[in-house]
Amino acid sequence: MKQLEGVNDLVIRFANVNGSGSASANNLFAKAVFRMGVPVSPKNIFPSNIQGLPTWYEVRVNEHGYLGRRGDVDMVVAVNGQTLRQDYEGLASGGYFIFDSSKPLPETFQRDDVVVIGIPMTQLCNDTFENPRMRPLLKNIIYVGALAALLDMELQVLIDSLNKQFRKNQKLAAPNIQALELGYQYASEHYPGVCKLSIGRSDRVGDAIFMDGNAATALGALYGGATVVGWYPITPSTSVIEAFGNYAEKFRVEADTGRIKVAIVQAEDELAAIGIVIGACWNGARAFTATSGPGISLMAEFLGLAYFAEIPVVLIDVQRTGPSTGMPTRTQQSDLLACAYASHGDTKNVLLFPCDPKECFEMTAAAFDLAERLQTPVIVMSDLDLGMNDHQCPPLHWDAARRYDRGKVLDAAQLEALTTDWGRYLDIDGDGICYRTYPGTHPSKGAYFTRGTSRDEHSGYTEDSTSYVHNMERLLLKWETAKSLVPLPKSKIRDPQAKVGAIFYGTTTHSAEEVIDRLHLRGMAINSLRICAFPFQQEVMDFIAQHDLIYIIEQNRDGQMRSLLINEGNLLPEKLVAITSFDGLPVASRFLSRALDTALQERGLLPQPAVSGPGGVQ
Amino acid sequence: MTFTRPTFRHPDLLPNAAGFNRRDYEGLISTLCAGCGHDSISNAIIQACFELALPPHRIAKMSGIGCSSKTPAYFLGKSHGFNSVHGRMPSIATGANMANRDLVYLGVSGDGDTASIGMGQFIHAVRRNLHMLYIVMNNGCYGLTKGQYSATADKGSKSKKGPANALESIDLCELAIQLGAGFVGRSFSGDKQQLVPMIKAGLSHGGLAFIDVISPCVTFNNNPESTKSYHWVREHSEATNTFDFVPVRPSITTEYQEDVTETVTLHDNSVINLHKHPDGPDITDRRQAIDTLEDHKAQGMILTGVLYVNPESLDTHEILNTCERPLNSLGEVDLCPGSAALAEINAAHR
Repeated sequence: MKQLEGVNDLVIRFANVNGSGSASANNLFAKAVFRMGVPVSPKNIFPSNIQGLPTWYEVRVNEHGYLGRRGDVDMVVAVNGQTLRQDYEGLASGGYFIFDSSKPLPETFQRDDVVVIGIPMTQLCNDTFENPRMRPLLKNIIYVGALAALLDMELQVLIDSLNKQFRKNQKLAAPNIQALELGYQYASEHYPGVCKLSIGRSDRVGDAIFMDGNAATALGALYGGATVVGWYPITPSTSVIEAFGNYAEKFRVEADTGRIKVAIVQAEDELAAIGIVIGACWNGARAFTATSGPGISLMAEFLGLAYFAEIPVVLIDVQRTGPSTGMPTRTQQSDLLACAYASHGDTKNVLLFPCDPKECFEMTAAAFDLAERLQTPVIVMSDLDLGMNDHQCPPLHWDAARRYDRGKVLDAAQLEALTTDWGRYLDIDGDGICYRTYPGTHPSKGAYFTRGTSRDEHSGYTEDSTSYVHNMERLLLKWETAKSLVPLPKSKIRDPQAKVGAIFYGTTTHSAEEVIDRLHLRGMAINSLRICAFPFQQEVMDFIAQHDLIYIIEQNRDGQMRSLLINEGNLLPEKLVAITSFDGLPVASRFLSRALDTALQERGLLPQPAVSGPGGVQ
Repeated sequence: MTFTRPTFRHPDLLPNAAGFNRRDYEGLISTLCAGCGHDSISNAIIQACFELALPPHRIAKMSGIGCSSKTPAYFLGKSHGFNSVHGRMPSIATGANMANRDLVYLGVSGDGDTASIGMGQFIHAVRRNLHMLYIVMNNGCYGLTKGQYSATADKGSKSKKGPANALESIDLCELAIQLGAGFVGRSFSGDKQQLVPMIKAGLSHGGLAFIDVISPCVTFNNNPESTKSYHWVREHSEATNTFDFVPVRPSITTEYQEDVTETVTLHDNSVINLHKHPDGPDITDRRQAIDTLEDHKAQGMILTGVLYVNPESLDTHEILNTCERPLNSLGEVDLCPGSAALAEINAAHR
């Protein structure tokens, strides 16, 4: 048997029972890797369940900083009896199978191509700890200790992490550290030098932070000045609101009164959630909501109102696997078309595509400026992988001199000084964006009637065809203006002569970049473009025009970005080829590598046969 | 039919305490059917706001979709208005109120808009006790789509189309009382004497004030067999009480002469003086209020008047403990924690 070996390059999977307290132990492990200066990316693969069903935590460690999900499992910590066989069989050839040997492995487990490492976790735990309620939690810490020994990790980093975690409750730190050492000692004594994979201190993390996208999104809303939140609980967006609430408790309380400078209203459904946002934005506050696919469907009606009546809205869509209820705890990028054209009639909504927590922060804060400048809904297209998993990314940055762009709003003095006719929907600047007023501004000027019915430039109800068409065309002009305001795409030109390009966005970025880098090392240059926003700017269309063939890599079945590009850019469909991954798990680079190889080979663009990666099928 | 409102007003009409004339509270000319009950309610709103001397621009008019929801165009022309989507006025009003607690929120809806498509939004706005006056112009049918029964149509009632309504009706006042509205009243568009002070009291209440106004649809549901017709309501209504409303700034004269038997002081110190039978129900008692409604229903009578008042109820802002300054008035200094705080947050994520 050839054992898998390597330093700072592995995938380890923890197979646990949901609700057994494994999350904090697994997180302790990932955080320790990060604190050793080694790039790390954990993916929580969890069920739609509170307690009892299987859950996995998959950690990729990669010295080079490739942090998309890789696919294949080099090492598994199998502590869930329900999935023991599945975890055993899913392990890559040459991999390491760590299990709780308090009970022997069934005799049918007879693979001869994996290293089996038994740690009597339950036994060790029961022999050492009295408190039966603590035992299941400490059992998890024992396997972390064992891993530290097997992978030659610095035990002190883990001890420091535990001390930090329990700094407010030192009584808990001691048994946790004891459990850690217990596992470490057992593995050191019984399996010295057995594992050829290791994690050693490095300097590849720099000043990076380790944060989940939803917390960063919440911070973006906090820094962006959101004061009203309407929301309805739905996985995987709920933690955006929870984090926002926690930060508001910390940063938005009036010192003198104890009152809070935010209104967070848990609504009766997603319809009301976005209605609250629209009402608040209409009335001059910055407001947002967060939801996922099913909520988007419900919000479609109101998005049309906000588009047509021209009311700012910030909507965070943490996408999950659809259609319908789909797989509520799995990821996907499948709400693109639903969001881009949400609502009946001719509508288009501004979309932003963050790829890491830093961008969640920046794009959410920017969404408030954009929504108010453009007086239209802006949807931040996050996803479950980005929102709920911890990601390593550069630190968040806020320019102290930055001021909110509140858009075209007339105050009382400006209304008083007006010498020309004011109309709520009168485009005097020629950019499609008109001036609005907040209710209550001026005793006699600037009041208007907001409606979802057609209206003239002075907001009077009209069924006049000319007025209607004029208004709809102005909204298109505003759409053009939006192109100059939304974030530009980011391109990587690996070879100016290259004929093949790739386009991706959001969380697909990490795996796609890795695969294209590796192809480049093999002599195949593909230029890439990461789309950051919809509407598409000229830069996107130019990139497509400069190549003969474009692969659109995304995480949905139907190639929704491809459809959107073809539709908006009036492009020939033959030129755009979709490479998709839509199984609900974050796209794996090894899967993507095979898919791209196959696609290139089919067109004779990749000369040598693909070098298949180690491991089995994804 | 005239398409412009005549500008002539009686020269002796005096401005109100805030210096506004009645015409400052008027809107565009109505496009509803001649004789529509809704127009009477619009006029009562104009009169109530004028008498309360509310600055028109400090009122926000909110509505959904339907004949009733069109009316905000016909009153308070100097106020911002928001004619939203069908059944969704309460959530828009919630957001607006959260953004600026200093304005007066007047929501107008219909029986279809509230009791069917917007039922969820209605009851939850009541539950959160949003500070607003929520008026339902209740005609028991869908006017704009030509007379289908709505969920408030009484079982057995017959519209102009003929077949009797087979379904149970929803009593919005009972629901509002059950769900914690602090002010609930029922009136009739044909009873201006009752409706105007009721709207004034509702506007002065510190949480959600709900008024169900029976407002006959002259085109589809005003035949004698309809329980929402002018004829029926006049024959079958009984006032639980008569009352007058005394705002903080006393400026109105009472039109009722009976002795005051009960006084309810609202949150802003304005007063409702009730004139009622000594054995009449206590309007600050929720159970009595519901019992009285049911008793009258059993007798085939429509009970009108102020049905329930709880002046002590806490509104959404108090429940959420939001700051007293309107949230829409806050800027970067109040809202943005700044770069130093962000550096600390970064450090906590390493």
